[in-house]
Amino acid sequence: MSVMTPPRSAARPGRASGPREKFSDWANAHRKWLFAAPAMLFVGILIVFPLAWTLYLSLTDSQGSVRAATEFIGFQNYIDVLTDTERFWPAVGRTLAFTGVALAFEVVLGMGIALLLWRPFRGEKWVRVAILLPLVATPVAVGMMWRLIFDPNIGFANQLLGMVGIPAQPWLSGQDTALGTTIFMDIWQWTPMVVLILLAGLTSLSDEPDEAARVDGANAFQRFFYITLPLMMPTVIVAILLRGIDALKTFDILYATKGKGGGSFHEVETLNVYAYGLSFDYNQYGVSSAVLILFFMIIIGTMWLLTMRKKAVTK
Amino acid sequence: MTVLDETPGAATSAPVPAHRRRKPLGTRAYKVFRVAALVLVVLFLLAPLAWMLLASLKTNVDIYDTGKALLFSPTMENYANVLQRNNYFVFIFNSFWVAFVSTALSIVLGVPAAYAMSRFTMHRSALVVLMARVIPGVSLLVPWYYVFSNLRMVGKFEVLILSHMFVALPLIVYIMMSYFDSLPLELEESAQVDGLTPIGAFRRITLPLSVAGMATAGILSFIFSWNNFMFALVLSGAKTKTLPVAIFDFVSYASIDWGGLMAAATVVTIPIMIIALFTQKYIVSGLTAGATKG
Repeated sequence: MSVMTPPRSAARPGRASGPREKFSDWANAHRKWLFAAPAMLFVGILIVFPLAWTLYLSLTDSQGSVRAATEFIGFQNYIDVLTDTERFWPAVGRTLAFTGVALAFEVVLGMGIALLLWRPFRGEKWVRVAILLPLVATPVAVGMMWRLIFDPNIGFANQLLGMVGIPAQPWLSGQDTALGTTIFMDIWQWTPMVVLILLAGLTSLSDEPDEAARVDGANAFQRFFYITLPLMMPTVIVAILLRGIDALKTFDILYATKGKGGGSFHEVETLNVYAYGLSFDYNQYGVSSAVLILFFMIIIGTMWLLTMRKKAVTK
Repeated sequence: MTVLDETPGAATSAPVPAHRRRKPLGTRAYKVFRVAALVLVVLFLLAPLAWMLLASLKTNVDIYDTGKALLFSPTMENYANVLQRNNYFVFIFNSFWVAFVSTALSIVLGVPAAYAMSRFTMHRSALVVLMARVIPGVSLLVPWYYVFSNLRMVGKFEVLILSHMFVALPLIVYIMMSYFDSLPLELEESAQVDGLTPIGAFRRITLPLSVAGMATAGILSFIFSWNNFMFALVLSGAKTKTLPVAIFDFVSYASIDWGGLMAAATVVTIPIMIIALFTQKYIVSGLTAGATKG
């Protein structure tokens, strides 16, 4: 880069240095910040500033109208939230259970499907289309679709169970089965995402270690567990990381299937649903901000743990 | 390599050359298993969508009749109901407009920023932008709602577009950064030797070479915006309602108009699926961007 500069500045003095050239020189010299500034400004105004405001609100008793006066109450909201075993802690539990179970299924299934797709075959195109469609479908519409399929009386799910002689299940309307049913929906929609990421990883692997193991007589399982999987670990963790962030924040399908507050018994109320309800159904801005800050910390913590893990396996 | 892997199955009885001996035993069994498994996967992924489509073509009476799961006389009544009586053309336009403008603005802001962050390795700035992928949307909605309702702007397109850019901009920066990272520096350098300024080299060399990357980022950002629900739920008004919010018109406490609801759900998803089918390559490369880097 520095090598490039001399000929250009050498050419400059020859030309008339009007205001345009001056501006051009200035712009080129400062292009790093000139290019980044608009986006940074946007991020600052629409993301950093609001986040700081949420932090501030979490320390106030803000509620009701957004125009109402608020009072600074220190960490009272945090104390209230962290001692709330009725809504907050169950919501934390559901958020972690939803994410953990959904991710476990998605990674295992995703790896299985990615391995099936790894080597080319006839009709591959059609399988790829099938994988793509759930992924791009609008989550709210997907929620509505499952609502019909899981309807206890007219849904296809119970018809299918009836065919193999299993009694009808309440699915979404059952207090114990609702969360599991929403996890199933998440698995349906997002396993394809994991497949795509893992497939990209598999395709970029070198064939040599696998070939060498094959020559040495390792069978398919041994090759997968001792060769492919260790090599794929960084990609697996990236998939978990990307998917995990979104799973923790799941909102659309929960709201579409169970409505406000995660159902009448809060059976699918995760942290995101809880915080949304506090903010926009009850206008408890102070408390909800405290919940959100704690939620944010949970997400960051999870990410940090996974990033550490990734560094460990990459070495 | 791949060709070699596929051929042996056809000629297993022929004398086995040395390089084919690597094939594990039970290849045929695996092939059968693989086909069966793939059929199951495809069924699992497509059957629910097919069910939604079928239900959207049924009358509510037929939907309640489990005997008419597959055999029924299709009707377009639900679609007429959705498109005409419920004014869905307005919501389709709203969704399209918000997605289009937020994507276009995010490309204008995001592409140069991604370029600067890639070329000058501004890791810390990049981290700030990428943080947006992690932040729960609700934690921004509260202050946004605070500010915009004080400005009496809630329910306007501008606010909706800004909120969708919160998703679009980081996405575009993320994808374009990994795209620029993979673009060789030499092209710009030789352009500068030939007398272009650095900005000129970016405009005339790098940008035209990045069209594929921008298409990837733009399509994904459009899809995410089209699918976005939470921001529109809070920030849209009667006139700016987008499709995902409009779906709820078919759900009430008393009863659900299943036929209408499924038709509405189909109307929301079909456009995005058609776009996805034609741009499959870009979507896959965008979703997996940066995933396989160390």
